[in-house]
Amino acid sequence: MTGTTGVIERNKTESSIGSRALVIKDRGRRVKRHWQLYLLVLLPIAYLVIFKYVPMYGAQIAFRDFSPVKGIMGSDWVGMKHFSTFFNSPNFWVLIKNTLIISIYSLIVGFPAPILLALALNEVRSMRFKRLVQMVTFAPYFISTIVMVSMIILFLSPRLGFVDHFLSLFGMESQNFMGIPKYFSSIFVWSNVWQGIGYGAVIYLAALSGINVDLYEAARVDGASRIRKVWHIDLPGIMPAAIILLILNVGQIMNVGFEKIYLMQNPLNTSTSEVISTYVYKIGLLGANFSFSSAVDLFNSVINLILLLSVNYVARRISESSLW
Amino acid sequence: MARSNAIRESYGDKLFLTAVYVFLAIILVVVLYPLIYILSSSFSSPQAVISGKVWLLPVDFSLAGYKAIFSNPQIMTGYGNSLFYTTFGVLINVSLTIMLAYPLSRTTFYGRNVIMGFLVLTMMFSGGLIPYYLTVKNLHLLDTRWAMLLPGAMAVWQVIIARTFFQSSIPKELGEAAELDGCSDFGFLWRVVLPLSKPILAVLVLMYAVSQWNAYFEALIFLKSQNLFPLQIILRNILILNSIDSSMMVDANKMAAMQGLRDLLKFSLIVVATLPVLAIYPFVQKYFVQGIMIGSLKG
Repeated sequence: MTGTTGVIERNKTESSIGSRALVIKDRGRRVKRHWQLYLLVLLPIAYLVIFKYVPMYGAQIAFRDFSPVKGIMGSDWVGMKHFSTFFNSPNFWVLIKNTLIISIYSLIVGFPAPILLALALNEVRSMRFKRLVQMVTFAPYFISTIVMVSMIILFLSPRLGFVDHFLSLFGMESQNFMGIPKYFSSIFVWSNVWQGIGYGAVIYLAALSGINVDLYEAARVDGASRIRKVWHIDLPGIMPAAIILLILNVGQIMNVGFEKIYLMQNPLNTSTSEVISTYVYKIGLLGANFSFSSAVDLFNSVINLILLLSVNYVARRISESSLW
Repeated sequence: MARSNAIRESYGDKLFLTAVYVFLAIILVVVLYPLIYILSSSFSSPQAVISGKVWLLPVDFSLAGYKAIFSNPQIMTGYGNSLFYTTFGVLINVSLTIMLAYPLSRTTFYGRNVIMGFLVLTMMFSGGLIPYYLTVKNLHLLDTRWAMLLPGAMAVWQVIIARTFFQSSIPKELGEAAELDGCSDFGFLWRVVLPLSKPILAVLVLMYAVSQWNAYFEALIFLKSQNLFPLQIILRNILILNSIDSSMMVDANKMAAMQGLRDLLKFSLIVVATLPVLAIYPFVQKYFVQGIMIGSLKG
C-alpha cells in the first residue's frame, strides 16, 4: 500500500541509527509494509489453532476422568490410570500384535512395489505401452475407500465373486475369505498395493528422469548390462526419494488405515483385524469411554513420533538424506 | 536408439527386457481386470451375475441395476449432498491453502519458518480422535453441513505443494518490480500470481475435489441426520452393511428377483459413484502427476 514511501523512509533512517537497532527497525518496517500478507495468513492459522492445536491441548483428557458436565479442563486428574488399565488389559498384546503385523507387512510389500513398477517402466522403450500401463495403474487411486472395500467384499464373496468362479474352475471349494482371520492382513495389504502402486510410482519416475544421461553413456561404454545399469545407476538415483518416503512410512507405522480396516471388519475376523485405531473408535466414540480411548490413542501417537524421530536419526547418520 | 542397440544387445539383456515386459503385462491385467469385471457385471442381467456367467463382457445386456439406482431417493439425496460438499469444500480448501502458501513462499515474510514449523508439526503429531471430536462438538458443528466443510478445511501437504510452486515459478524480481510500482500485496497476488499459477490451481482443485468426493470419515463421526449424508455413507449402508430399504426395489416383488437385483445394484452403484471422478480422469491424470512431482521437489 505504502510501497514507495516505505523505501524512502528506510533510506532516511539507515544512516542515522546503529546496525543492531536498524535490523529490528527494518524488520518492523517490513512487517508494516507487508501487513496484507499477515492478514492473509490469519484465517489459515486460525484453522490450524482450532482444529489441530486445540485437540492437541485437549489430549490431556487422557490423564483425566472426563465428565461431560465439567468439560475437559474441569474434569479430575487421574494421572496414568487409563494407561495402566490399557497396558494390563488382555486386549493390549492382541492389539499391538495385530497393528504391528499389518503395518510391517504393509511396509515390506507396499514400499518396494512402486519402486519395482517405476524401474520396470523406465526400461520400456515403447512410449505407448508405457503410457498405457501408467494410466491404468494410476486409475484405482481415484476409487474411494468405501467402494474399494465393497469391491473386495464382492470379489471374495463365496457366491458372487470372480475369485470363487476361478477357484471352482480348478475344482477348489468355495471359501468365505473375509471371514477367515488368517487371510485378513494379506487381503488388506495386497488390495492396498493394487490401489496405490501406480500413484506411488510417479515420484520414483520423476527421480529417474532426473538422473544424469552421461552416467548411462559411460555405463554403455564400459559395456554394462541392463541389469547392472539398473543396479548401479537407477537404484542409487532414486535412493534419496526412497529414504524420505521410507521415513514418512515408518512414522505412520501404527496408523494403519483406520478407514479401510474398520470397513473390512466383520465379527468373524476381528481376532486379527482389530487394531489400535479401530479399538479407539469403538471404545471412545461408540462406547463413550472418552478418557480411556484417548489414552490408547495418545500412546499410539507417541510410539509413532518416537519411530519417526529414530528412523530419521539413523537415516541422517548413514546417508545424506533425511527429513531434517 | 533401439536399432543401434540391437547389435550390441546381449542375450542377458534380451532376457531381462522380456522379463520386464512380462512383469508389466501381468500388472496391467491384474489392475485392469477387476475394473472391467465391475463394469461388465453392472450392465448384465441379475441372473447372469449370480450364476457367474459374466467373466469379461456383459451377458444379457440390461440396465436394471441403473434403473433401481435412479429411482432411489436416498441415493439421489446423497449424490446431491456430495456435490454440495465437494463444491463448497473445494472453494474453502483452495482459498485457505493459497492464503497460507503464498505468504510462506515470500522470503520477505518475517516469521515464515516459525509458521512452517507450526504447520509441519501437525503432520507428525495430533491430539487424537476424541479431542478432535470434542472440539467439533464444542463448536456446535455436530450434525450440520459445516461439519463436512470446516474440520478438513485445509491439508498440510497441499500447502507445501503450493508453496513450492510459488517459490520456484514466480520470479522474485516480479514482486520487487510490482512493489516499486506501488502494487499492494493483495493486488500482486490477485493480478499477477494467480493468473501465473493456473497449473497449481488445477492441481489443488483436483486433489481436493477427489478427497472431498470420497470422504466419509467426517460424515461417519459427525453426522446423524439422513438428509445430510454424503453419497459415501449411503454407499456404505447399501454395499457393506447390506441394508437396503426394500421399498426402493420398484418392480421387484418376488423375493428371488429382489435378491438378484440387490446384488446387481451393488455393481451399478460402484460404477455410478466412481463415474464422476473416473470420467474426468484422462484430463486429470497429467495434473495429478504434475502435482505429485512439484510436491516431491523439496519439502
